[in-house]
Amino acid sequence: MKVKLFAAFRDGRFKEKEWGYFDGITVGSILEALNINKKEAGVLLVNSRHAETNYRLGKGDTLSLFPVIGGG
Amino acid sequence: MPDKIYRINMTDLKVTNEEVPEQWKGLGGRGLTSTIVAQEVKPTCHPLGKYNKLIIAPGLLTGTAAVNSGRLSAGAKSPLTGTIKESNAGGTAAQFFARLGIKALIIEGLPQKDTFYSLHVDKSGVTIQEDTEFAGKGNYEVMQMVQKKYGEKIGILSIGPAGEMRMAAANISVKDPDGTIRSLGRGGLGAVMGSKKIKFITIDDTDGPGVQIADPEKFKTASRTFAKGVIAHPVSGESLKLYGTDVLVNILNEAGGLPTENFRYGQFPGHEKISGETVYETILSRKGNPSHICHRGCVIRCSQVYNDKNGNYVTSGFEYETIWGFGANCNIDDLDIIAEADHVMDDVGVDSIETGVAMGVAMEAGIIPFGDGAGVLRLLKEIGTGTPLGRILGSGAEGVGKTYGITRVPVVKGQGLSAYDPRSIKGMGITYATSTMGSDHTAGYCVPVNILNVGGFVDPLKKEGQVELSRRLQIGTALLDSTGLCLFVAFSVLDNLDLFQAMMDMINAKYGLSMTIDNGRALGRKILRTEHEFNLAAGFTNKDDRLPEFFEEPVPPHNAVWDFTDEEIDSFWNF
Repeated sequence: MKVKLFAAFRDGRFKEKEWGYFDGITVGSILEALNINKKEAGVLLVNSRHAETNYRLGKGDTLSLFPVIGGG
Repeated sequence: MPDKIYRINMTDLKVTNEEVPEQWKGLGGRGLTSTIVAQEVKPTCHPLGKYNKLIIAPGLLTGTAAVNSGRLSAGAKSPLTGTIKESNAGGTAAQFFARLGIKALIIEGLPQKDTFYSLHVDKSGVTIQEDTEFAGKGNYEVMQMVQKKYGEKIGILSIGPAGEMRMAAANISVKDPDGTIRSLGRGGLGAVMGSKKIKFITIDDTDGPGVQIADPEKFKTASRTFAKGVIAHPVSGESLKLYGTDVLVNILNEAGGLPTENFRYGQFPGHEKISGETVYETILSRKGNPSHICHRGCVIRCSQVYNDKNGNYVTSGFEYETIWGFGANCNIDDLDIIAEADHVMDDVGVDSIETGVAMGVAMEAGIIPFGDGAGVLRLLKEIGTGTPLGRILGSGAEGVGKTYGITRVPVVKGQGLSAYDPRSIKGMGITYATSTMGSDHTAGYCVPVNILNVGGFVDPLKKEGQVELSRRLQIGTALLDSTGLCLFVAFSVLDNLDLFQAMMDMINAKYGLSMTIDNGRALGRKILRTEHEFNLAAGFTNKDDRLPEFFEEPVPPHNAVWDFTDEEIDSFWNF
């Protein structure tokens, strides 16, 4: 399982990391482990699809975490 | 002193000063340019001919203390699309026009003599001079030389060689507070200015009458609420100031909606190297500035100063759309080449979105291979020198596609799509298809709701809710584009009705009105209908509100296809 971080979430953390999988692991539990407040998390993508914090991840999933960002 | 309209007739080289008609008084920016074009320009006219007019207007709030209110609108019939056109930009000119009490310039007619002119605007009016000194010169040189003559503070609008040659992708440059360049980019308005033989316009606001506010106390309260809201929002208050608009590269790539290799794929392997995060780090390491303003009063600061490896200035206003157009779209993962391309386009005076899309089509045609950065720079310079190939590229993506017999040409009504694949971000597809401007992402920017979770969420891969979303945003944007406010205030206004009301209250306080949010939306609807009716009268039908057929092909990673029926698209206009 892979976790990718973007923009300010990288500060003091990492860009990309293999993450230890366990049965029942959710997006929310990874946010917690990373010390990222749910409110700060703008976009949560699992395998390029939007997901909620209670989403249960699978073994080969890629989770991408973004703060609230925008452009255009 | 009431605001004025200056009518500049280039046929007989005369300027008249007119009172603002009652029906135009509550309009500014896009609302005003589109209303004047619809009333005064023959819809079937040739965009470069004597019946077209170039309208330049600051927004309703421009020149006031409202944050981010310094946008300038220009409008005409577009030589690129044949539709009505409004393009807006920052820079210093808008606030100068507002402080001179100028509601709009209407530039009409065509000079009989084959020469170039300049216009000078100050407190005593507008003067026209024959001025061939700068003909053939790039925008950077024009900006520098004009500043030498008039001083650094002077406001400048200018066209580069592309505008002089009346290329359909030519833009109008606007000087920013640092003497660098912003652009009235889309739709070939630089060619309209070139057809009227105006190389540049200078604006001096010294001793102008200033901006009158009907109820200063009410204005102060509303503008404070508005500013606080814009600053408090994480997008307009934080993210844009650090990473600029290019922060979108990585998220669009992760979401599978970053058009790659002329809309063949939805993800770009070189994304990290052209991302906002990398732009930010590069700027800091080269002592550039990641948080630059395009006009006074901007609190968002999405612009930046990008330097080369030796710390010398290359470009500012280095936008996501440009970086996408020459990056993922052309398979180039070298930021320095893309920055150089941006500089050349600013100098030559072509729209960086249209030109990026045109370059992708040129690569599709095999003129140069995908990924050929040196080839891109060579071809961009050919636009400036006006070689036959340069002129083809400067005519935009559709012109390149036709010339080389290419079917994969991402345009609607002749204007290039931008950095969001319509198959995997379906709200953007509806905006591209239905916008009165030809394909234009800013006309109804669904990305916050489709991708960024800002202002709600509508699943980007499903059709449900997209037409309604695009309609709501296109109506809101038509209003916003009339205020002179930067579109990026929408990130916070979308989230917050109190801020929407504060925006209306600023307009109310300035003009002594009592408009509600509903009145604001009604104005947005009216502007859209006015533009749509112009297009219908110009010969467009609902059959033009369609995406090119190659979007039937699935795009990875989601293998999404463009699957809206004609009836579904046409329902956009049911309001």
